[in-house]
Amino acid sequence: MTEIVIVGAGPAGISAAELLVANGLKPILIDEGARAGGQGYRRPADDLALDMTRLMGSEAGRYAALHKRFGALHSQIDYRPQTLVWAIDGKHLHLLRDGRAETLDCDRLLIASGAMDRIAPLPGWTKPGVFTLGGAQAALKDQGCLIGSRVAFLGSSPLLALAAKQYRAMGAEIAVIADTTAFSAKLAAMPALLGAPRTLLRGLLYMAAALRAGIPTLHGVTPVAVEGDGRVEALVLRDDSGREPRFACDAIALGYGLKPETQLADLAGAEFAYDPDFRLFLPKIDGFGRARPGLYLAGDGVRIGGADAAEASGALAAHAILADLGRTQDIAAIRLLARRVARLRDFQRGLARAFAWPREQIAALPDPVTLCRCENVTVGEVRSAMAKALGPVEVNRVKAITRCGMGRCQGRVCGPALQEIVAAGTEQGGEAAGRLRGQAPVKPIALAAAGEPT
Amino acid sequence: MSTQTTDVTIVGGGLIGAWTAFFLARRGQRVTLIEKGAVGEQSSGVNFGNLRLQGRFPGQYPLSLRSQALWEDFDALIGEDCEFEQTGHLYLAYDEEEHAKLEGYAKVSESYGLAIERVGPAELRRRWPWLSERAVAATFSARDATANPRLATPTVARAAARQGAIIRENTRVVAVDREGNGFALMLADGSRISCGALVNCAGAWAPEIAERFGETAPVFAAGPPQFVTEPFPYRIEPSVQAIDGSVIFRQIPRGNIILAGYPRTAADPQANHAPVPPVKTLAAMRGLARVAPMLAQCHVIRVWSGIEAYLPDMIPVIGSSGTTPGLFHAFGFCGHGFQIGPGVGLCLSEMILDGETPTPLDPFSIMRFRKAPTVSEKFRKEFD
Repeated sequence: MTEIVIVGAGPAGISAAELLVANGLKPILIDEGARAGGQGYRRPADDLALDMTRLMGSEAGRYAALHKRFGALHSQIDYRPQTLVWAIDGKHLHLLRDGRAETLDCDRLLIASGAMDRIAPLPGWTKPGVFTLGGAQAALKDQGCLIGSRVAFLGSSPLLALAAKQYRAMGAEIAVIADTTAFSAKLAAMPALLGAPRTLLRGLLYMAAALRAGIPTLHGVTPVAVEGDGRVEALVLRDDSGREPRFACDAIALGYGLKPETQLADLAGAEFAYDPDFRLFLPKIDGFGRARPGLYLAGDGVRIGGADAAEASGALAAHAILADLGRTQDIAAIRLLARRVARLRDFQRGLARAFAWPREQIAALPDPVTLCRCENVTVGEVRSAMAKALGPVEVNRVKAITRCGMGRCQGRVCGPALQEIVAAGTEQGGEAAGRLRGQAPVKPIALAAAGEPT
Repeated sequence: MSTQTTDVTIVGGGLIGAWTAFFLARRGQRVTLIEKGAVGEQSSGVNFGNLRLQGRFPGQYPLSLRSQALWEDFDALIGEDCEFEQTGHLYLAYDEEEHAKLEGYAKVSESYGLAIERVGPAELRRRWPWLSERAVAATFSARDATANPRLATPTVARAAARQGAIIRENTRVVAVDREGNGFALMLADGSRISCGALVNCAGAWAPEIAERFGETAPVFAAGPPQFVTEPFPYRIEPSVQAIDGSVIFRQIPRGNIILAGYPRTAADPQANHAPVPPVKTLAAMRGLARVAPMLAQCHVIRVWSGIEAYLPDMIPVIGSSGTTPGLFHAFGFCGHGFQIGPGVGLCLSEMILDGETPTPLDPFSIMRFRKAPTVSEKFRKEFD
């Protein structure tokens, strides 16, 4: 029997598994998390007794439905939680489970690895108390913790308002919601967002709720600094009139939209192409999510589309697997899914234009700002390495010479900003700056995982 | 079509090419170095960074020692640093048979004037308490050192450029031909170079040039699997190598541990690709934990390899062409070229300008491949 492995138990992985099971197959579903649901529909441990209805707000129904569906699916698949795929070597997956390395062979691989926050550095962003927006949400949903009692939200993303709303619902004060994109730029991008009116409306309601609650909501800001002696005490911003207001806070959540987690797709042999709207290199896929024979990609791990698009793209990829196995397909169902995925991803593309990645602000960062926090490399070190004779002009060379992107996170955090610094330094486009090549292990693995010394 | 005239053209911007350019330019030669990618991107940039004097091919000691003196003087000579650290090299034996082999290496090293310390089990534990009890004996050479291979070649190439050498990165050679007593090169951008002498130090791509002049060497490409851990409190000063070849590692002052293991990994010079199979990562991790058990919870964060050129006798080609006056070869360094790089560059500059070098290089002649090559015993354990 064909071994089908799905990596990632979020909405994409779960819906793909459901469709395969409905067709009499038993996929292996590997997930890094302890409980299925992915990042957005993350499920806390039962003994935390979190009020998920309150926390999820308008998404509570979808949250409950996904977990109910997974409950029904669980016994019909080979589900392996808390399992990291750390390398891929042809058809061999290298896993880490319970601190031990093991391998798994697969015939068909569906990667639904999800997304993580895209981060733009600012002076002082490495102080304790600065979190990514997704990290702030994970702390809430996974552990029932707030990152602080007075929290500032900074970035360029509709999720800033959503997370602020969740934080307020759970008892935090909100110091400010600050977006680096001007309001006029968002208005200009609005027509593209009408394709998903429900999501658009939800976003507008979050913003309205923040305004009603008297939360300072700024657009078009330039981050100046995170201030504090040893940890976060305030966020200083420059507004569009040139003033520099200071917002006292004890935590900051940074979010500039999401970026797909593409390392596994890279190791599995996907090709990449530059996407000028997202200013990221993304895996190339066909309309069903095929990246190459036997390799399928779905969900936010390949194109940011949100939970609903992830779910539909997971099902679409499962249809591709079934088709490639020679199974008869329901064409109407596939068309519906394909239209849905396309519409939702177009919406996200509109969002990427509306909530712009602040590349000019990154290019203008002062030299002393830390760019790579794993290896402690500053923006200035990258610039001066590039300015030397025979200096590097491409991100992988910059990494080799400066160690930027060479640490624990392997450039997953600093990569997008590094790409902009390199692009600015060479006066080329973001595409010419290049893409950090994926390397195993995709996450650090302890020596002990390799087994007893023999 | 532009034609540039130069005294010496060097093909291959690795460490050898950069040092050769530096020494030639310093003596007033017009030098052009052609590199298809970026300088120091292949063998010179992906290796472990070892400047090891212990356990080298015996015929290479005069060259090695000449080279080490250049490394020791690197900052003054080049005007920039490349993280040179003279922290010594510890060679470990796990049993008596290995101990005897160490002793053999030590005697050879000593015959060339190196100071080699013998270290017994009790002293091993006292001086390097993180060592596992498996190590029963070791030799230590304090003069052995390391440098950062990613920095070394660009640094030397910049120094060569400051001396007047022309360094052309991202430039491919598409044709090389004899032109009078010299050479004519066609480059991919359509330009042309005319020169009196030609240095072929193109690594895994070097035979393509040699073959244009009627000679060859059985070069094959492979790569050194390399691994690095997250930073760990700095405790491991020397480079440490298990003589069984299972692992070699060093810690840099910022804390990361760099390790390499055998067997070497397959490399594809055409696709410019040298992936590290995950099973080798696991084997290297076990090898490191075996020597330094305190690192069991230390995490490997990254692996890499690159494209190195090997020859079956595990000895490089260095010296004049056997067919073509004015052509010089330096390739096939078999994973041992980083340490001798500066010396090879110096010797080549002497051969080109003075007609000879005081360093004996006879064992490295390309002419040895006119008959069937000898095969090194390292072959069996260092390659898959």
